[in-house]
Amino acid sequence: MEFLHNPKILEQLQILQSELPFGLWETLYALLLETALAYLIGLPLGVLLVTGEKGGVRPLPGWVMKLLNLTVNLLRSVPFLILMIVVLPLSKILVGTRVGTVATVVPMVIAAFPLVARMVESSLREVDHGVIEAAEAMGASALQIVWKVILPEAKPSLISGAAISMTTILGYGAMAGIIGGGGLGKIAINYGYYNFKNLVMWAAVLALILLVQIFQTIGTKLATACDKRLRHK
Amino acid sequence: MKPIIEIQNLSKTFGAGAEQVAALQEVNLSIRQGEIFGIIGLSGAGKSTLVRCMNLLEAPSQGKVFFGGTDLTSLPPKKLREKRREIAMIFQSFHLLEQRNALENVCFPMELAGISKTEARSRAMALLKTVGLPDKAGAYPAQLSGGQKQRVAIARALASEPKVLLCDEATSALDPTTTDSILKLLQAINRERQITVILITHQMSVIEQICHRVAILDQGRVMECGAVQEIFANPKTAAARRLVFPDGAGMDFYSQTPMARIAFNGSAVEIPVISELALELGLKVSILGADTRNVDGKAFGTMIVGLPDAPADREKVLAYLNRQPGLHAEEVR
Repeated sequence: MEFLHNPKILEQLQILQSELPFGLWETLYALLLETALAYLIGLPLGVLLVTGEKGGVRPLPGWVMKLLNLTVNLLRSVPFLILMIVVLPLSKILVGTRVGTVATVVPMVIAAFPLVARMVESSLREVDHGVIEAAEAMGASALQIVWKVILPEAKPSLISGAAISMTTILGYGAMAGIIGGGGLGKIAINYGYYNFKNLVMWAAVLALILLVQIFQTIGTKLATACDKRLRHK
Repeated sequence: MKPIIEIQNLSKTFGAGAEQVAALQEVNLSIRQGEIFGIIGLSGAGKSTLVRCMNLLEAPSQGKVFFGGTDLTSLPPKKLREKRREIAMIFQSFHLLEQRNALENVCFPMELAGISKTEARSRAMALLKTVGLPDKAGAYPAQLSGGQKQRVAIARALASEPKVLLCDEATSALDPTTTDSILKLLQAINRERQITVILITHQMSVIEQICHRVAILDQGRVMECGAVQEIFANPKTAAARRLVFPDGAGMDFYSQTPMARIAFNGSAVEIPVISELALELGLKVSILGADTRNVDGKAFGTMIVGLPDAPADREKVLAYLNRQPGLHAEEVR
């Protein structure tokens, strides 16, 4: 345990001790807020992408579908770092500041909701068309089909998708450290990478790895547990 | 009897321009209240499209569909949805909600109609009992066999108290024994609840077993329509002959000899009918073609036999065959 008395190491351990708990809290807080907001926009958008197409349960005009798809693809193709910088002025308008964790929530949500919409879309497409047809034959309205057939039938897949979305948002969040977003990313970049404090950097990275593991495991477990197709005789 | 469903001059085309396909052409059908009506045809004949036009899951390109006197094609969406509750449907691959158990599946149409949860559950339990699955209420579709899934689907179809039950190849995915039991269930439902059953199938045996009348569909057109025994005994069109005679086309070869068509409708397989006939009457018949199946020790299907030349002998053979339990024989031309 000789190296613990090395002043350089000791300094880094002190930084970790004072910064890590708050960084962890900030990361989790931002992650949950961003995921919730991204789903608030992305879930209905994903539903529209499936139900609104030609032959869907409630077809929308072709130009509306083209516009929705174009918007999603456009936002998906801009690199996150660029998007973040471009969108910051919007943060000023929406949340009153362009620095700090709260300011980064805006670009984060803008980057995440198109991803969420696509995840939701692909989950909903897995629902057997025959089941939807059966509901139509029973006189179900478009809203009833979405609410009582498509979403419940896609639930396990939606949960799996949410785990993937969350871990991706977590990755974006770490990048937001560059423009002043708080959390583990900031600790890894500001204290670690920029100041050559490798121990701090790797400790923050390790914390991120653990978070991804935890969320992914919980997501997979939940999805499997709620999937009634996996129940056997 | 008055018609419950009347189809007038119905056509349905898919695609446009050069790729246009006519799935149905000028179909006219009148289905009577309380009957079991079969629609038979080879795959690609337009059966599924026709049944989907009956509840407007498929919008006809032309023509009208009357249900109980109302022209469905003229209804606004909301009214159409309400009418659809009176026309239930079951499918070849069941289409149950996989994330709901049997009871919740049966409750589903009642939920759509806004019936209270407690009432829906008690009615659903009663329906599961009707279809013979009272102990499977909590089972999920993944835990049920094909036949059980179709029973749940039937219970679900009955939940909206329909006037008509559309069956789209409802037994095609099932083994012969299960098919037999599902057909018996449909028959009981028709009899006890006075629900008109419309059955789409490519299996002759299904038509023979439970249908009162049948329409033969070929290349999107109704070729023949009438009482099952009549059509089967005397198929007029080529399409009908192809379906009625097992291994069909070769029949033209025999058309000079008098023939009889024997329908096995659950006679015991152990009885060697043809050889006993020969021994008892001293008359010979030749088997020209057969398509029979053994279901639980009972024979189902059809056989075509060549009859003796003398008209009196022919009568004797037919009379003998018709005396056998579960057999029905008729001379065909």
